Amino acid sequence: MTGVEEIRHIVGGIPDPELPALTIEDLGILRDVRVDAAGAIVVDITPTYSGCPALEVIREDVERSIRERGYPDVTVRVVLSPAWTTDWLTDAGRRKLLEYGIAPPRARSADLQLLELGVACPTCGSAHTGEVAHFGATQCQAVRTCSDCRETFPHFKEH
Amino acid sequence: MTLVVADAAAVYTLRVADDCLVLSHRLAQWSSLAPTLEDDIALTNIALDLLGQARAMYARTAELDGTGRSEDDYVFLRDEREFVNCLLVEQENGDFAMTIVRQLLCSTFHLAQWQALERSTDEQVAAIAAKAVKESTYHRDHATDWTMRLGDGTDESHQRMETALATLCPYTTELFETDDVNRDVVARRIAPDPAILGLEWEAYIDKVLSAATLQRPEGTWTPTGGRRGLHTEPFGYMVAEMQHLHRSHPGQTW
Repeated sequence: MTGVEEIRHIVGGIPDPELPALTIEDLGILRDVRVDAAGAIVVDITPTYSGCPALEVIREDVERSIRERGYPDVTVRVVLSPAWTTDWLTDAGRRKLLEYGIAPPRARSADLQLLELGVACPTCGSAHTGEVAHFGATQCQAVRTCSDCRETFPHFKEH
Repeated sequence: MTLVVADAAAVYTLRVADDCLVLSHRLAQWSSLAPTLEDDIALTNIALDLLGQARAMYARTAELDGTGRSEDDYVFLRDEREFVNCLLVEQENGDFAMTIVRQLLCSTFHLAQWQALERSTDEQVAAIAAKAVKESTYHRDHATDWTMRLGDGTDESHQRMETALATLCPYTTELFETDDVNRDVVARRIAPDPAILGLEWEAYIDKVLSAATLQRPEGTWTPTGGRRGLHTEPFGYMVAEMQHLHRSHPGQTW
């Protein structure tokens, strides 16, 4: 592994503070890792939501993990454009969400009709679920219930 | 702190930031007090989105006005008369109907504004807008759902919505006023023409109100002044509360 690949591997493995089962790579928050002309490490991260309180923690975690690896010169840039979307969640990220008890976001693409498809219950797999509240425990989650197993569960909403 | 601003673009971004901040603070005042747990969470989530949007716009303002001020400087170290938010966002929460009507009027305005700002010639503003559009869409959906339920609900809820509309609608004229700052940023295609936003806003509001068996009252008075720092009485109390900790303990951080 080259230096950058090694750093990318380390940074990519940092857990999200609010969803520690997932890494910042799984969530699509980590956008780029590179070395600039002066030899400093530059990391680009993007916020999921404008006011996401996890972003400051992620920034500190990224800086610390790289410094601990022996690279003192680190810059973490917060990049707003292009705006983050749930389409950037990796397949591994979607699987981990489901294992964590959170229904993953449906694929969005340009076809909004897809959003009319049901959200499967992470407990019993039934598609007979309905939204209870559009706002949940974090900015990225909604709350749904399953009409078959009656479980209430979080849904990582499409964004 | 004296407000020294040379560029109209900086005044414009400060107005947008102040609108987001003040509405965010008002909504945060519902924390632990909303009628249901779901709406306690919804209103504070919306407040958090707005705070994030405000922070991004303060950061852009600091670049444009060249002062290098921090977000905290704008929020905690300006006096009431230096805030340039519209009067609508500073109105008190009142009952739940009042808050929902304020949300409907504000989020419809915000969504139309962010959608237009996605095409801003200021690339940083356009990037902030691209994120904010998605968030404002949720905010407008939330307000629209509640407007339907309360307007087309019980006699009591309908009457409270009518009272809220009568109280708050006069403050909406100010949203679409044009002054030298607007003319400058519209000409440079940094920001949209308020008159065009006004048409979009009216069309959506009237459609929702009609479906909710409500209507927009005819305006008789049109209070204004927020963009020049002239605010309504409740705002001073809000600013005092918001700034108290920072003023009592200068430089304090979490």
